[in-house]
Amino acid sequence: MEFFLEVLIGGLLAGLMYSLVAIGFVLIYKASGVFNFAQGAMVLFAALTFVSLLERGVPFWGAFAVTLLSMLMLAWAIERMVLRPLVNRPPITLFMATLGLSYIIEGLAQTLWGAQVHGLDLGISDEPFEVAGLLLSQFDLFAAGTAGLLVLALSLLFNKTRVGISLRAVADDQLAALSIGIKLQKVWMIVWAVAGFVGLVAGLLWGARLGVQFSLSLIVLKALPVLIIGGFTSIGGAIVGGLIIGASEKLAEVYLGPVIGGGIENWFPYVLALLFLLVRPAGIFGERAIERV
Amino acid sequence: MMNIMKKPSVLLGALALGLILSSVSAQAANEQYFPLQSYRVGPYAAGGTGFFGGFIDYLQYVNLKEGGVNGVKFTWSECETEYVVEKGVECYERLKKGLNGAPAAATNPLSVGIAYATLERSTADKLPLITINHGRTDSTDGSVFPYVFPLQLNPYSEVSAIINYIGDKSGGLDKLKGKKIVTLFHGSPYGKETNPILELLAKKYGFSLTLLEVPHPGNEQQSQWLNIRRIKPDWVILRGWGVMNPVALKTAQKTGFPADHIIGNIWSNSEEDAAPAGTAAKGFISITTHPSGTNFPVLQDIDKTVLKAGKGNLQDAKRFGTVYYNLGVVNGILNVEAVRVAQAKFGKRPLTGEEVRWGFENIKLDDARLKQLGAYGLVQPLKLSCSDHEGGGAVRFQQWDGKQWKVISDWVQADRKLLRPIIEESSHKYAKEKGITPRDCAKES
Amino acid sequence: MLYRESGQFSTSYLAEGRLFKLYQQRWGFYALLAFAFLAVPYLGNDYWFSAILIPFLVLSLAGLGLNLLTGYAGQISLGSAAFMAVGAFAAYNFQLRIDGMPLLLGFFFGGVTAALVGVVFGLPSLRIKGFYLLVSTLAAQFVVTWVLTQFGWFSNYNSSGVISAPPLVILGHDFSSPAGRYLLTLGVAAALFWFAHNIVHSELGRRWMAVRDMDTAAAVIGIPILQTKLLAFAISSFILGIAGALWAFAYLGTVEPHGFDLSRSFQILFIIIIGGMGSILGNFLGAAFIVLLPILLSNLSATFLAGVVDPGQLENLQKIIFGALIIFFLIKEPAGLARLWQAFRERSRIWPLRF
Repeated sequence: MEFFLEVLIGGLLAGLMYSLVAIGFVLIYKASGVFNFAQGAMVLFAALTFVSLLERGVPFWGAFAVTLLSMLMLAWAIERMVLRPLVNRPPITLFMATLGLSYIIEGLAQTLWGAQVHGLDLGISDEPFEVAGLLLSQFDLFAAGTAGLLVLALSLLFNKTRVGISLRAVADDQLAALSIGIKLQKVWMIVWAVAGFVGLVAGLLWGARLGVQFSLSLIVLKALPVLIIGGFTSIGGAIVGGLIIGASEKLAEVYLGPVIGGGIENWFPYVLALLFLLVRPAGIFGERAIERV
Repeated sequence: MMNIMKKPSVLLGALALGLILSSVSAQAANEQYFPLQSYRVGPYAAGGTGFFGGFIDYLQYVNLKEGGVNGVKFTWSECETEYVVEKGVECYERLKKGLNGAPAAATNPLSVGIAYATLERSTADKLPLITINHGRTDSTDGSVFPYVFPLQLNPYSEVSAIINYIGDKSGGLDKLKGKKIVTLFHGSPYGKETNPILELLAKKYGFSLTLLEVPHPGNEQQSQWLNIRRIKPDWVILRGWGVMNPVALKTAQKTGFPADHIIGNIWSNSEEDAAPAGTAAKGFISITTHPSGTNFPVLQDIDKTVLKAGKGNLQDAKRFGTVYYNLGVVNGILNVEAVRVAQAKFGKRPLTGEEVRWGFENIKLDDARLKQLGAYGLVQPLKLSCSDHEGGGAVRFQQWDGKQWKVISDWVQADRKLLRPIIEESSHKYAKEKGITPRDCAKES
Repeated sequence: MLYRESGQFSTSYLAEGRLFKLYQQRWGFYALLAFAFLAVPYLGNDYWFSAILIPFLVLSLAGLGLNLLTGYAGQISLGSAAFMAVGAFAAYNFQLRIDGMPLLLGFFFGGVTAALVGVVFGLPSLRIKGFYLLVSTLAAQFVVTWVLTQFGWFSNYNSSGVISAPPLVILGHDFSSPAGRYLLTLGVAAALFWFAHNIVHSELGRRWMAVRDMDTAAAVIGIPILQTKLLAFAISSFILGIAGALWAFAYLGTVEPHGFDLSRSFQILFIIIIGGMGSILGNFLGAAFIVLLPILLSNLSATFLAGVVDPGQLENLQKIIFGALIIFFLIKEPAGLARLWQAFRERSRIWPLRF
């Protein structure tokens, strides 16, 4: 029982790490209908920039600010060169454009900062401690807290500020938003910049966990099933989806793995997401699309 | 003819042209070429830059210091593979013919996938394929695989040596009985390759073995380590690759497993594997076929003649003397030694791949020769033959002190007698599948 | 002038069903086939066969497979490589376990197995659409790789999980030389392209396009959606499976499951984006682009920039160029390189006049 709980808690906390990446997707999908495959590459870019600056002697907050600035510039460039020319194209086209984008960002990150593996220490020790016989990780709790804060901040931004409200308007109906004078381009840029910020936070936490290196961009594959279960348009859904995926994949690995062969963590979330989809084709919190001919 | 002779300028021109032509061909005729299928970008770039940096620096060193081998200089060119198999094949096909008339000596792809894909091509083209410390285990049997050389250490020897070391630590191999060992392996053919051998050894010595798989790329290992925590093993053998290694160390710390009871295999043993894990890596043990560090005469000399002269290949000079760099140097030493041995038999000229292969099969590095090369302690004593393409089969153990590796053991030998029949069984199966008649090694000199 | 259609009429149903209705196209096509089958084997050298022509043909075939599914039937897939892997491993096992199995029949059964697997992962496509369908194809991608590594049976218990090509012999002729492997690939590719060209011009092809443009509308006019979509998955996977078998046997000689990973799926997707979705010719153009550009760049740099630019940086640059080109094509030329051919045709129709 104790072991079961430990696996469950470990899974839930790992799931929140997936959610962090998934939130970036949701933001962009909500505002511009783009399924942004380049989010993983953005995480890599942010983490690599940050750690390279740190290694060159820039203090923590300085590096943070410079990285954030570069993410803003990236958002601006993406809006200008990719989104604007592709406005009104089918979503599939936009998705494929972000595939191209992820190649560009990955190439750029490695051109600028090289392909070495970097260690990243955020100053949070990862000694385990036990609560009532259960093993808990300080770092994971910290990461979970960050994810929680991020969700809180984002929902405040979305619900209470003027910018946030126009974001929601754009998400709801782009044409209607345009007609009441909301600047689409500006909103997009802001959203991509916020997604860049989320990418930076995710990059720091994941980087501290894995070391900063190329495979950071692969975590996008972990975030996908999370999105499917949570739905593309809900931040809360991303959190819930993350928790479900994290817990179930760990439990599956531990209990199902010995039966059918280990190492099932890669595909189990996808099969689970697929089963979810067969029941609810738009995820738990996603909006059901109504099709007209 | 007379007319032409009368015009001195024409004559001079012709002479100059002839000189240039002859000098070009003379230069080309006296060079030995190494085609380098290197990888400097992508997920495994850290390994590629170090290894090929060391390899190139050693070739450069031999050129600068001794003017090549017996006056035959080395030349090389790189072709980026990105660790992708079909790019490696393209590079192989492009480079195999040599460069400006200098014949290719051997290929060194440092990638299992590329090695497999070029294995048959190498045999058909008579060009040795060097897979130092990795590659296809049964290619150790040189009678079936005449052109493939898993130098120093094949995967089977690797685990055997690790078990021998654990036995040593426990006070003798018979004390292994009842011990618990967990192997955490990368979810790929590479990771799975040694599992049957581990099971065999577990049966032989009576320790209990649990095999846990980590799916590629290995950036999530919570469940595996919680399992390990439940099993409470005496030792964990880490058979990792790339990002899986630092994550394993971090997760071990998170679940309270001591790093000094984790033993990394040959691809979990570099600075790039331990350093990103930060303090979690302190105490981590791994095997190596060559110590890192710069305390060897040959490395000091490379530093003096190549690096100080600004001709080093490394972008980041701090990586001089790291595990991958030194592996490149070791690989350079062995390749150059093969050329040297072959030249002693075939003459002091650029050699064909077939001749270099003979050189590899007759490499004999004893302590005296290693001291001459300035590589005593860096390279293990090695003796190859027609039937044995591995030669060594020994490793040393090293421990990460938080900043660098410290060697903590002498050479630990694998139980190669035990492994040989398994290898032969596999190579004979391959020979049958492919319709190859094994060479009779008794007849080779 | 050169491309004048006027005066060419079909006078029988047989003529109407022809592959190419214009004699210019027909003769051009015959000339090209003759060149590829007869002249190239004598002109090419080992490097061209092994490193350029064979991968080019196999990748255009894989592009064709995906193009039928994505370009014609409108179902996006990121699992192409998985179906290639199924084809390769199935063909290997048919060859290995059934004595005297002819090589081409082994390929065919490999393709059929891939088609069956394709249908299984295509089943959810009835209920889920668009991006959500990506999950199904990604599931295929991961499950297939896992199954092939997990169970040693598929690779005949090879300790490294690698399969290697059986002897390439058809009717007593040995095709294992580079030129022979080229001819084998070319023959299979030509047959499958002929097959695909006919399909997309048949009633099934029209149904696919109707589903692509809007499946609800297609259902309304009475097209059986499930059958149409599943046929798209099956035929696409069949072609991908054979491409996979060729990749393993005729190109590399050996292959492991990870040779068919996600990046291969992306590569095939890029072929059809760059070449042109919903175009048969586009597969060739896209594959040529994908195969040749990296080789060209690395050759150029080896000649001109040796020692000046770090080879690693060059590879990064190449990545950036690829990404940028994909975006460029999506923005400027959504119909891909195939559009260039069309433009050329329109030009040559009125040549030498300008308008």
